This record gives sequence, structure tokens and C-alpha cells, in this order.
Amino acid sequence: MTSSLMRQARFQDVVLRHLDAAYNLARWLTRNDDDAQDIAQEACLRAFKFFDGFHGDDARAWLLAIVRNTYFTWLKTRRSRAQDESFEEEIHGLGDSSTTVTDCASYGNPEVLLMQQAGKQIINSALERLPVESREIIVLRELEDLSYKEIASILQVPIGTVMSRLARARKLLREQLQQMNAESQT
Amino acid sequence: MKKFHEGLDASYTCGKPIRGKNMDCIQCQSLLHGYLDQELDVASAMAIDQHLENCAACKTALEQQSTLRSSIRQYAQYHVAPAELVDRIRARVDSAAIGAITRKKPRWQWLQAGQWLKLGTAIAATAVVTWTAALQLNTPSPDEGIAEQVIAGHARSVLTGHIADVATSDKHTVKPWLSGKLDFSPPVTDLTAAGFPLIGGRLDYLDKRPVAALVYRRNQHLINLFVWPDPKSAHTMPTQSLPKQGYHILHWRDAGMTFWAISDLDESELQAFAESYASAQRPRANYGERP
Repeated sequence: MTSSLMRQARFQDVVLRHLDAAYNLARWLTRNDDDAQDIAQEACLRAFKFFDGFHGDDARAWLLAIVRNTYFTWLKTRRSRAQDESFEEEIHGLGDSSTTVTDCASYGNPEVLLMQQAGKQIINSALERLPVESREIIVLRELEDLSYKEIASILQVPIGTVMSRLARARKLLREQLQQMNAESQT
Repeated sequence: MKKFHEGLDASYTCGKPIRGKNMDCIQCQSLLHGYLDQELDVASAMAIDQHLENCAACKTALEQQSTLRSSIRQYAQYHVAPAELVDRIRARVDSAAIGAITRKKPRWQWLQAGQWLKLGTAIAATAVVTWTAALQLNTPSPDEGIAEQVIAGHARSVLTGHIADVATSDKHTVKPWLSGKLDFSPPVTDLTAAGFPLIGGRLDYLDKRPVAALVYRRNQHLINLFVWPDPKSAHTMPTQSLPKQGYHILHWRDAGMTFWAISDLDESELQAFAESYASAQRPRANYGERP
């Protein structure tokens, strides 16, 4: 009986300390708080269930992989229930963050634009608009600071693919920023 | 070679022909992201260094990537887990663990008092083992023994959902109810005005005697305030036991009673609770130094 509680205490220490990372990834994947909380919670319970199988030293990558898998399973279930609805949501993006850029004085190239105060709004909007494959790899690399090797293990792809996928994601982000820049001028 | 062209921006070739073992722009740009993220092996990184010295186009490409990367890191929102999510997950994990212990569906109601005592002790034992291991306490004091029991009592009430025997914020109901069951009259106050509504009272058992548990709420967090008479009636300021398993504990003595407050609120909020409680008890008291 005590060993089960010790397991629980160990889980709290080892895995639940990465709850922010889990929620952050879930939030960027789902693009809204409610779904992100559901995903994060579900993932943590699964992690607890499979905790005995965790022998590594990197609980964060392990937990994030579970979050990701939980998200895609959840997405499949949703898609089969309401195809059009979620497709629309995928395109337009959900979320409470406003995506309108209001007062941007300079309409120069993306680099200059970014230095304005609205930089935060712009970057987050642009990221939200990316396809999920690109969004997630940027989150893992730039927000979580994971190495290519860790990302490779989370995405279950070779390291070379991580680099090329990241290159493509950054390219898409740049294009998104340019597009938003163009939109704000009309 | 085909896959290297992914992500390549054709306008950035410097037009230099491939020369022997020098890197060309296509190769450079294919590895640029790895170079930027410092993920390349030394040989490749050096080859890129060399290429960049002579190639303005690739140098520009690198600078642009670097700027974009900096902007993402600077502006992208890192979403922290909301407090209610943390609480909910912890509670679900706890009940999943208890479910595993009992080997039945996670329904606790069938456990009898004797089994609860064992469970409470096991929870407390775990808390002490991990607490002690983490903090390497050298000299256990009687207060630490009580702190263990406070944690167990609090955890028990939260996990079982048995929070109050008399569930009302009316102190004129809670106080006589508790006084009738105990051999003392606990000081009961509603602190709704300070943001800590009283949600009820409960009998509990600590330090080998029946005690009063006054339950307060702050947003989604529960505070258990255990009270019982203490012959060492000298007033003491709230002292903090070290936090463990996400709980903070404050302990003080006043007017012949000993008080133990425990919650998963953060330190400053629990301190605010203790102060509100104390000033409600003796509104004109001069407490001297406040923490």
C-alpha cells in the first residue's frame, strides 16, 4: 500500500512538475483553454497509468509525447463526430486572443514590424494560423527549448526530419507574417 | 539530394559554382536551421562558417532566420497551467492512486473508520518520508509530529470530499454545534469580507484528541484550520512549516488555543488568511511586528 503512495509521490515530483509544459503544448495544439485543459488532464492521467513504464530521465519529453498523442486521438474522435465544424475551426482558429492588428505605424518588412509593440499580438496570431504540424514543432523548439533529438523522440521521426520540418515551419511563419502585413494594409 | 531543397529560398543563392570540397549555397541553406539551433556537428558547422565568410546571400539568409527566431522567442506566449487545472489533476491522480490501493472502483465510501486511520497514517508517512528526505531535517520536534497529522487530516478531507459536518457559513450555527460535540468552544469567524468565506465545521482527531476543523475557501482552494486547546497559552506569531506536497502550513498559539492552518494556497495568501483570522478575533489587538 505504501509503495503505491510512494509511486504517487514520485509521479507528483517527476511528472507533474512539467504540467505547465503539458498545458502550454495542449493550448497551442487546441488553440483554446477549455480543450487544452481537457487534453492536459487526460494526458496526465494516462501518464500516471503508464508511469511504471517510464524508465527514462526526461519526464518532460515523455509527458509531452503523451499530450500530443492524446490531442491527435481527441481530434480523430471529434472529426468523426462533426467533420465540417472542426474543419472550420482548424481553418479559422479558435481562441480568446484577438488577432486584429490595429495600430501599426510601420508597414515595412516583417523584421521591422515585429519590433513594434504589437509584435506579441502578431507573432501569436501568426503562430495560431499555422497548420498544426508547423505550429507544434515551433512550440517545441522555441517555447520549450527542446533539442532536435528530444523533438525527434516526441514526434517519432528521424532527426533530419526535425530539421527540415522546422525549416518549413519557419518559412510558413514568415509567409504568414507577410500575409498579415499585407492584410493590414488593405 | 532532393530533400535538401525543402525550405530553400531560391533567391538566396550566391551563384557560386560548386568547388571541390567547399560547401555551396544549396548545402549551406539546407543546414542553416541546424546551424542556427546549434545542432550541427563540428565539421558541418565549420564548413558553414567558412561558406558564410564569402557569401553575402547566405549570410543575409542566416540573419533573417535569426531575427525571426528571436522574435518568436521574445513574443510567443507561453501558457502556464491555470490553478484550477493543477488542483483538478492532482485530485484525480490522488483518487486514481487510492483506487489502485483499494483495488476496487475509486469509491471511498465503503472504507470504515479503522481503514481510514491506516490510510491517513500511510499518507502522513509518505509525506514525512519524502519531506525528511528532501529537507534532511535533523531534530524532529513534537510540532513536526502534529504537522504530519495536519497534512493527513487535510488530505483526507479533500480526497474524501468529507469537508464539513456542519456546512454553513453562519458562525452562530457552527460554533454551538462544534462546542456541543467537543469539550471546548472553538473561536469561529466568517471571513467572507476578507475573501475567505467560512464553509463549515468538522470534527477531526489530532494529537490524540478530538479537535475542531474550521473550513474556509479561497477561490478553488480549501483551507483547513484545526483548533484545540493548548495549555501553553502564550501567544505566538504564525510560523511556517516547510511546504510539502504542494501544501503550506501555518501554526500559531493564541488565547489558550493552538491553531494549524493548511492549504494548497501559496504562502502569501495563507499568511493573509492567518492575519485576517487573527484580526477578526481581536480587532483592536496590537500585534506588533507583522511578517
